[in-house]
Amino acid sequence: MKRLVFALFSLLSLAAHAELNVFATVPEWGALVKEIGGKHADVFIATGGLQDPHHVEARPSLIARARNADLVVATGAELEVGWLPVILRNSGNPRVQPGQPGNFEAARAVRMLEVPARLDRADGDVHAGGNPHIQTDPRNILKVGEALVARMAQLDAINANEYQANFKHFAERWKAAMAKWEASAAPLRGMRVVTQHKAFPYLYDWLGILEVATLEPKPGVEPAVSYLAQVMNDVTTQKPRMVIRAAWNSPQPTEWFSEHAHIPGVVLPFTVGGSDQARDLFSFFDDTLAQLLRANK
Amino acid sequence: MYRASLFVLAACGVLASLPAQAADNDLKALREEIAQMRQAYEQRINALEARLIKAESKADSAQTVAQQAAVQQNTVQQAAASTQSNSFNPEVSMILQGSYNNLKQDPNAYQITGFVPTLGEVSPGARGFSLGESELVLSANIDPNWRGTAILALAPEGGVNVENATFESLGLGNGFSFKGGRFFSGIGYMNEQHSHAWDFADAPLAYKAFLGNQLGDDGVQVRWLAPTDLFLEFGAEVGRGRTFPGAGNNKNGVSQGAVFAHMGGDVGISNAWRVGLSWLGSSPKDRSFDDTDSTGTTVSNRFSGKSRTWVADGIWKWSPNGNSTVNNFKLQGEYFKRREDGTLASNSTAGACGGCAAGFETDQSGWYVQGVYQFMPHWRVGLRHDGLKSGTVNIGLINSGMLSFADFPQLAAHDPKRNTAMLDYSPSEFTRFRLQWARDDSGIGATDNQLFLQYIFSLGAHGAHAF
Repeated sequence: MKRLVFALFSLLSLAAHAELNVFATVPEWGALVKEIGGKHADVFIATGGLQDPHHVEARPSLIARARNADLVVATGAELEVGWLPVILRNSGNPRVQPGQPGNFEAARAVRMLEVPARLDRADGDVHAGGNPHIQTDPRNILKVGEALVARMAQLDAINANEYQANFKHFAERWKAAMAKWEASAAPLRGMRVVTQHKAFPYLYDWLGILEVATLEPKPGVEPAVSYLAQVMNDVTTQKPRMVIRAAWNSPQPTEWFSEHAHIPGVVLPFTVGGSDQARDLFSFFDDTLAQLLRANK
Repeated sequence: MYRASLFVLAACGVLASLPAQAADNDLKALREEIAQMRQAYEQRINALEARLIKAESKADSAQTVAQQAAVQQNTVQQAAASTQSNSFNPEVSMILQGSYNNLKQDPNAYQITGFVPTLGEVSPGARGFSLGESELVLSANIDPNWRGTAILALAPEGGVNVENATFESLGLGNGFSFKGGRFFSGIGYMNEQHSHAWDFADAPLAYKAFLGNQLGDDGVQVRWLAPTDLFLEFGAEVGRGRTFPGAGNNKNGVSQGAVFAHMGGDVGISNAWRVGLSWLGSSPKDRSFDDTDSTGTTVSNRFSGKSRTWVADGIWKWSPNGNSTVNNFKLQGEYFKRREDGTLASNSTAGACGGCAAGFETDQSGWYVQGVYQFMPHWRVGLRHDGLKSGTVNIGLINSGMLSFADFPQLAAHDPKRNTAMLDYSPSEFTRFRLQWARDDSGIGATDNQLFLQYIFSLGAHGAHAF
């Protein structure tokens, strides 16, 4: 019995004791919290870079982590609607419930694209708040960062100054990197592309890329070969330069299209950890641009 | 002299008129200049006036636009306000289910021989086309502290069955949560899942035999989640014993209760697991079941006493890199062990009985294991094996010689088995078609071949699914 009690206490002491326990739903916000929080934030990232963020299992480990979190950083705009509510409800943690300061939604800080004019499941897996894949535009990272640093400072007033300083430093480096990316991406402006899933409208908005077609007949609906052939016929006159998919999309549709339309198929990292090169926010965009520029040669 | 003076005068006149003429010229020029200036000014004034008129009209139109904008803004605000008041409405969703069943044995004669019937509807369903239960789900946050959920099952033959109606805390703090009302018990793994979320068209035999499909009592539940990175959850619940193994006792206090513990975690990014151990205790009074005695008469047997069930459960899910969209695999299994101890009364008139009662003791167990593999997006295959052991059934009425084994055909020694295979296709998150085949050996000497073709559609709010 004594041994059991001891084991239990040593388990309890395993629970991390940083100043701010943060639960990030997706890698990009985890990376952003690390930039802002530095050594004061203990970040748990619920999903990997190769995971479809729409379909995540409400795993027991996630519930255990949400129980101790001071702050849950999610994308919002219904991206995590299929799993996060279950985790929050089972966490027994009042601090991170929706509406509390410990519940942060990144999508609230940015201008949303592709907000549907009508809501109907006949249109596929549409999100009422707009397309939730906001992290593919670096300008959004900055806006979310501004809102996030304010929230972190509010929750952990003791380290507020440090968070502000960290973010200021990050924002300077980020702006410099953005200037570099924009300069190198000049040849991509006006380029026409085909995308498998509507995962990159923010990236295209930033770089001035035109999406002429998507391979999914409706968001979240896997295409059949007959449909791919139809898309190919429809867009040949538009001369797309490449076909693009996110790392977590099933590879077949893009491979098929690439082979039959004789254009390069590009796999973009989509988030931090989405490729071997995308280790943090900076290298995530470095790799995204490198992939696009290589295919555009 | 005169001429000279005239000349002088004239000269003087000329001289005098010279400045006058000069002044006249100046005046003319001045007049001209003024006229020009006036013209210029007039032009400019005209231009200015024109511009003023233009500006005024612009201002007018601007004002109109502004007014329109204000009106629009008001409408937008109103629209926003009305959406907001709308959004106070609960999340509503509806599950539509139905099937085509091809059954070799008569489903009305379905029984799990060797086990006390559970009073629940455990038969494989009607032959031919049949509508399943349509589930209406309403849920919303009640206030900052509570969330309410009602799940109403609309029976195809008419009538509404309240499956769940609960209030749930939104985080009491320190990992505690509280729930009350009618809810599916936290014991086992599958018990809390609704039938539309099952991987097969019907429940495992162990659930049918020990819980009457699913345990849903009226009562309260408290859970505590340990503050560790390892998922460690403990729960306890008490209730009335509304359904099997309870008997809806007419009694104050608590007639049924359960405690359970769950533990879970990840192995790398691709694997997640959970195991659990649960104990369910109930004290049914006059829990009755019908049987046919040796004279061929339908008789009613009533059990009063204690029912104790242990459940061990485990689930393992695999998805490459945690991405379950393309391929994933799920392995789950549960083991049940039940002891019942009390008295059994019968109204049979066979043998020496004529309405008799004596001791009753059973020790029975059952298990299932199932695996479901998604081999390509939207397509899954699954296999399941069910096994029950009727074990020890000690009937005092037989031991004392008042009745014989022939008076309890329902409790004849039999170890039911079933093997099931299924294939399902989910073209979207909200649609599922399933083909299932089973060889069911639940009833003694009545092996059944069952074929199910099932559909499940969910419409409305996007629900979140538990692990």
